[in-house]
Amino acid sequence: MDLLSQPVGTMHFLLVGAVLFVCGAVCMATKRNALGVLMGIELVLNGANINFVAFANDTFRADTSFALGLDGHLIALFVIVLAAAEAAVALAITLNYYNNHATIDVDHAEELKG
Amino acid sequence: MLAAIVWQSFFFLLFALVACAFGVAVVISSNIVRMAFYLILSLGATAGLFFLAGADFVGSMQLMIYVGGTLVLLVFGVMLTAQSPFISMKTRGGEWILAAIVGGSLFAVLVNRIVTVADWYGPAVATAAATQTAARPAAMRRNNQEPAEASPVVLRDARTATRLGMALSGPRVDRLDQPNPILRRGMSSYLLPFEIVSVHLLVVLVGAAYLARTKKRARGTLGET
Repeated sequence: MDLLSQPVGTMHFLLVGAVLFVCGAVCMATKRNALGVLMGIELVLNGANINFVAFANDTFRADTSFALGLDGHLIALFVIVLAAAEAAVALAITLNYYNNHATIDVDHAEELKG
Repeated sequence: MLAAIVWQSFFFLLFALVACAFGVAVVISSNIVRMAFYLILSLGATAGLFFLAGADFVGSMQLMIYVGGTLVLLVFGVMLTAQSPFISMKTRGGEWILAAIVGGSLFAVLVNRIVTVADWYGPAVATAAATQTAARPAAMRRNNQEPAEASPVVLRDARTATRLGMALSGPRVDRLDQPNPILRRGMSSYLLPFEIVSVHLLVVLVGAAYLARTKKRARGTLGET
């Protein structure tokens, strides 16, 4: 399929969103740095945001009977705001953890193990 | 050749490649400072994708809040916690293999689901069907007409800030064609979620400030307090 001579559709945006989502999930699973886990969360939220924005546009579909419209944009805005809030709290927790343990290796956080 | 290129697709390909490549680079790199930089580039390219999807307000918010705010926060976190400028924590090989298996299978499932829905292929499918029925190249060249190109994609009016503001306070100008008045009333306003999320943001910021400035405790007294 020659992408350059055809208009893009929802599928292409969803593929980019899937790539970012999987990258974020793998990043959350493999990084031992607490800030690396945070960056993985940001990637996951961005993959979801791409999906919302792609579904919001009704010109991206072959059959434009239904699109999210402004709902998708507003949900994406809410996700962005919640991501900012989550980053602030998680960063505060990380700083506190660093103050207590002098490291940000998540494998050393063993106090909550039952 | 240049005329055949749909420039929206070209820029989509550019931004998508940048976003995906630097997203993968975030995963691969083990240097936390470089990870932050790659994440900035990836999220910036994502903002470009938002602009291409006709969501210019969301794209500018992505640039301002995410790239300008959240990542600056993350970079500050990196600077405040790294003992050395190039701190890196290696992941073991077994974890990489396990994560690659899980991530690869998740990606396979997602791509399988995405590709199977024909409605998401975009306007290209309708265009191809139209050209197959309508395109008779020999006859068209005899009539001295241009061969049928890919149909121009007309994005809706991309100035979404006004409509978003109106949707926050009451009327949904993009859903005025909803025939059912009860449904139209149901999709009226986003004021309550907006209020909730703003109060949430305030609470979270106060809590983060409180958490970040608590005093440093000695290591031994953690269990007793």
